[in-house]
Amino acid sequence: MEIAVISGKGGTGKSTISAAFATLNGKVILTDCDVDAANLYLLFNPSHKEEVIYIGGTKAKIDYSKCTNCRLCIGYCRFDAISRARDKVVISEILCDGCVLCSRICPEKAITMVANEKSRMFSGSFSNGEIVYGRLSPGEENTGKLVNMVREKAKQLSKETGIETIIIDGPPGIGCPVISSLTGTNKAVIVTEPTISGLNDLKRIRVLVKKFKLEEYVIINKSDLNDSMSSRIKKWCKENGITVAGMLPFDRKIVDALVQGKSITELYPDSTTGKKINKIWNKIIKQKR
Amino acid sequence: MIKIAIASGKGGTGKTFIATNIFNILLQNNYAAMLVDCDAEEPNALAFFKAQLTGKKEVTQQIPVINTEICNFCGKCHEYCNYNAIFILPQMKIIKVIPDLCHGCGACSVACEFEAITEKPVSLGQVTSYSLKNADCILEARMNIGVMSPVSVIKAAIKEINNKADVAILDAPPGTSCPFIQTVATADYVILVTEPTPFGHSDLRQSVETLKKINKPCGVIINRAGLGNNDVSKYLFQEKIPLLLEIQFKKEIAGLYSRGKLLSESDSSFAEQLLTVVKNIITKHGNSSHQR
Ligand code: SF4
Ligand code: SF4
Ligand code: SF4
Ligand code: SF4
Repeated sequence: MEIAVISGKGGTGKSTISAAFATLNGKVILTDCDVDAANLYLLFNPSHKEEVIYIGGTKAKIDYSKCTNCRLCIGYCRFDAISRARDKVVISEILCDGCVLCSRICPEKAITMVANEKSRMFSGSFSNGEIVYGRLSPGEENTGKLVNMVREKAKQLSKETGIETIIIDGPPGIGCPVISSLTGTNKAVIVTEPTISGLNDLKRIRVLVKKFKLEEYVIINKSDLNDSMSSRIKKWCKENGITVAGMLPFDRKIVDALVQGKSITELYPDSTTGKKINKIWNKIIKQKR
Repeated sequence: MIKIAIASGKGGTGKTFIATNIFNILLQNNYAAMLVDCDAEEPNALAFFKAQLTGKKEVTQQIPVINTEICNFCGKCHEYCNYNAIFILPQMKIIKVIPDLCHGCGACSVACEFEAITEKPVSLGQVTSYSLKNADCILEARMNIGVMSPVSVIKAAIKEINNKADVAILDAPPGTSCPFIQTVATADYVILVTEPTPFGHSDLRQSVETLKKINKPCGVIINRAGLGNNDVSKYLFQEKIPLLLEIQFKKEIAGLYSRGKLLSESDSSFAEQLLTVVKNIITKHGNSSHQR
């Protein structure tokens, strides 16, 4: 069973909640799909078993010993990545989309494509199962391919170890990597917070989630920061047929645990929040359609 | 004009909180300021202002259209497409463009020797402009749901600034990948907003390293100070990165924010501190010519 924890907006506490879910009773495969800012591993000190290079996009590069400065390539690039700088033609690594067109049309064959090999996928064991995560090298386009690779690895580990529950900590936003994180999962848990932007983002990500026809749950985190907004979100969920799996109060203990490199359910299992998270989790894994 | 990007490794550290408050303070102090919400996947800055809609521009991308009457299924376009966006089965005389995969690079049109390919625009999102007190001063980039990447919409919004302001505040998208880079690359200075937790620390490091690579000057605001530990401050000290401001964690601040209220309206000492930070940045980094 694959459960994706997502949030639309960052900072709602999605990762801390994923971490808490991962450290309850049953063993899990924890999959950090926020490859742009993977940090769940910080809490679990996994034993690193495997590191795999992920080859992302390629970037065009000019070999100046061949380039005759004809400037033909400039007009072909639709990403404004090629321009004139003083006496030569230059390609901006930031703007290049890696479409290869300039390289194909250059009469001198002066442009080659260089692969970025700095992104990685890691996997290892932690106290309560296995953890898989990716790290995209800065500036790389997050196409969702690394997310797919991370998820494939998680599935493979699930088969090898017999651990059935896969928790996916999804990336923020609603773009490609989120779509990759949701595809083929069984349940989506949307973590939101009682702010105007929290509700807006919830509505936006719901449009996306709906396309996947999953079991949907909402957790309202830090619900006591704005009770009236929390009720508004609850009401909206009800009207749209989404189960509110639970409300969590703002709790300093979550951060305290984080600072000690632990999840709240590990460090304070008997705290109010710890118990609540346990209850929410049981609701999510038990409920069948 | 100076462009200041407000960014954070991960979302939710208070990036929009800082961006909206800085913008508000600048307006109150009669700066010709503009707020550009570049978080196109989840734009939210607008919720803090009672702004009037003044304009809307569609952001489009060209997508190839293949005329199967002319096409002889030679497959050259498929070969040229580096994104696997052209599906072809020559034996069955089937050829299709997969819009979700297409980046609109135009390579297929160049490839086709039979002029079987034309292009049509498809919508990726919108850039909307808003006014406060009759002055156009807010731009919002909003990506359509289901579109793969927000980059084009972000670029279009930044283009729209067009020197219409003296100070432009860019609310940058989260992360350190393409959308983040495309935003900060156009800025003169980057304010990174973080929180003093292990997650905040790890994201901050990644952002700082990324900015170093593209030679962008940056400084850090620690939000929710007092909640976590000192690792972030120690890191800043070691790396000689300026700590611009520390904002103590208060439950009331979070409550205020959740109701769409600006802290700088009710807390004059906060407003003053933030103004000083921005003024210093403008003095030091304004007018410095920069390259993309
Ligand atoms: S097309 Fe080739 S030879 Fe001409 S300017 Fe570009 S890189 Fe140089
Ligand atoms: S590979 Fe494509 S995007 Fe990159 S410089 Fe060449 S034409 Fe432009
Ligand atoms: S425009 Fe570029 S990405 Fe789109 S189908 Fe043609 S070659 Fe592929
Ligand atoms: S290159 Fe032109 S003729 Fe050849 S398959 Fe593509 S569209 Fe058809």
